[in-house]
This record gives sequence, C-alpha cells and structure tokens, in this order.
Amino acid sequence: MTLAGPLPHNPLFLFGALLTIIFYVCALWLRKKIRWVHPLIAASAAIILVLKAGGLSYETYQAGADMVSWALGPATVALAVPLYKHAALIRRRLAPVLTGITVGALISAASTACMIAMSGASAELLYSAIAKSSSAPFSMAVAARQGGIPELAASLSVLTGLFGSLAGPAFLRICGIKDDLSVGAAIGTSSHGIGTARLMSYSEKQGSVSGFAMAAAGIITTVAMMLV
Amino acid sequence: MRGIALFTIFYLLGIGLEKGLSVPLPANVIGLALLTVSLSIGLIKLEWVDAGSSIAIRHMGLLFIPAIVGAAAYGNELRAAWLPVTLSIVLNTLFTMLAAGAVIRLWPDRRKEHDVSRSTSA
Repeated sequence: MTLAGPLPHNPLFLFGALLTIIFYVCALWLRKKIRWVHPLIAASAAIILVLKAGGLSYETYQAGADMVSWALGPATVALAVPLYKHAALIRRRLAPVLTGITVGALISAASTACMIAMSGASAELLYSAIAKSSSAPFSMAVAARQGGIPELAASLSVLTGLFGSLAGPAFLRICGIKDDLSVGAAIGTSSHGIGTARLMSYSEKQGSVSGFAMAAAGIITTVAMMLV
Repeated sequence: MRGIALFTIFYLLGIGLEKGLSVPLPANVIGLALLTVSLSIGLIKLEWVDAGSSIAIRHMGLLFIPAIVGAAAYGNELRAAWLPVTLSIVLNTLFTMLAAGAVIRLWPDRRKEHDVSRSTSA
C-alpha cells in the first residue's frame, strides 16, 4: 500500500472501497445496539472474514482500499482546525501544555524503542511500533520512511489508542491528575483520536485539549523521527 | 464540502513540496502545518473549514480500516512478538500519559487555573 496515489488501475477498485464503507456503516449501527462493540475492530474483522469466506486475496481488496487509505492524507490536514481553534483556548498555558506534549511524545518513542529492542524483535517491528502513540497517519508515515510496515503501524496505533482510551482516564485519576488541561493533553498525546473521542463524550474542554495534543504530538513525533 | 476540498488541496500541496522540493516531512504533516499557518494569518477563514473538519475527524476511523485489514496479513510478525508488543502498548502508553499529564500538572502556576476543571467537566 502506498500513501502516494489513489489512481484506480484495477476494474475491481470499487469493490474494496464499497466493502469498507458498507461494513463501517454497519459497525456504527451495531455500536448503537451493543455499546461495547468497537466499530473499527468489528468492521475490520467482518471484512477479513468476507475475504476469507469468498476465497479472495488481499490484493483484490487492496485495489479499492488504497483509495480509502489515500483519504487519510486530507483527513490529517483537517487536524489543523482543532490545532488552530484550541491554541486560542489554551494560549495562557501554552508553554506547559506544549512542554508536556513534547515530553510525552519523546518518552513514548524512547520507551517503546527500548522495550522492543530489548525483546530482540525485528527492526521492522520497532519502526512500526515507535510512533504508535500518534494517530495512524503519522505512525504510518514514520513506518514508511524508517523501514517499518505501515499496515502494522496503523494497527498498533489503533490498539494503543483503544487501551489508552479505556484505561487512561481512571489511571490519571488514581495518579492525582484531574484538571482539564493535564488530562486532555495526556490522553491526546498517548491515545490520539480514539482517546480524544472518549474524552469528547463527557467533557468538551478535555476533548478539545486532547484534539490539540494529538495533532501537536503527531507533528512532534514525526519531526523528531526525521532528525534521529 | 468546501472544507474537504481545501484539505485535499493542502494535501496535494504537501505532496508537491515533499516530492518536488524534497521537504523532509511526510506530505500530510506538510499540509497540516501549511493549513495551520494559513488559518493563523487569516488566509483561510475558520468557517470555511470548521464543519468539514468535524466530519473528517469524526469518521477518520473509516479510513484506518484498510490498514487494520492489511495488518492481518502480518499476523505472524505480531504473534512472534506478542509479549513485548502487549507490554509496550500497556506500559509505554501509561508512561506517556503520566509524563505529559504530570509536566502540566506540576508546572508552576501563578493563576491557579487548575480549578476550572470542577466547573466544566461535571
């Protein structure tokens, strides 16, 4: 898969795109009925099952799926809006918030690199995991440039976001971190969009700070990885 | 729709700068930075892109699905290293949020702004 171009070169290109959209809509509907269903996991699992059941190769799906992935580019650009909007909201505390996000992003990359390297896993895995606290478009870009596997990076980002969004708020409360700015920045930096969505569901202020933090942390992580 | 069109234009600009001028950043990050600057200097008005941004961010999950399906093809890679990967997801994520949160929480604060949390998050 490439992030570079969506040009349909295969008559089946609509198949993968339609399959993705249909199962996403179904998963959102299912989510309304059964609260613990995670739409991304449910939709992805259903697509894998359909491909297996139909005896279809991943390449058949990929022709259309690449168009969907390509749209991640413009969607990442859309993060400029919360970044700009909420910079005003937190302007008075911009220095501590940016410092916290930077420290968090660097600790995430460094501690992940140490842990994966110590386990003796491959360099491919390391560069797929190193930016996993960032939203998938960032971690995929880092993986693509450093010799990781973009698909694996995206999945690790999603798993990290899921874990952070589930465990994060309670963990921070136990640690005595309760104010909106600290909680929002901590969740956005560690659990990107999935954590942001969770916070947004009960506090718009925490969610906004988290949206700011996810965009800032993604940029900081990507730039830091270019310099290493 | 105008918002989505503008995001695409900025992304294409990012691709142009990455490929054409060899800017050492991914195209999506270049586009994101350019749009943030354009908003700050008033070149792009917030109301042109606000609604489009909400839709794009709310449904960003849809765009990850192909990558997650693709990762199933790398199941062996993950199965071989499931323990460090799981530990890393749990421990590094907690370190990261604690570090980011603690820096902000413990930052010397003249105005005692922490207390706003009580009134807004209830």
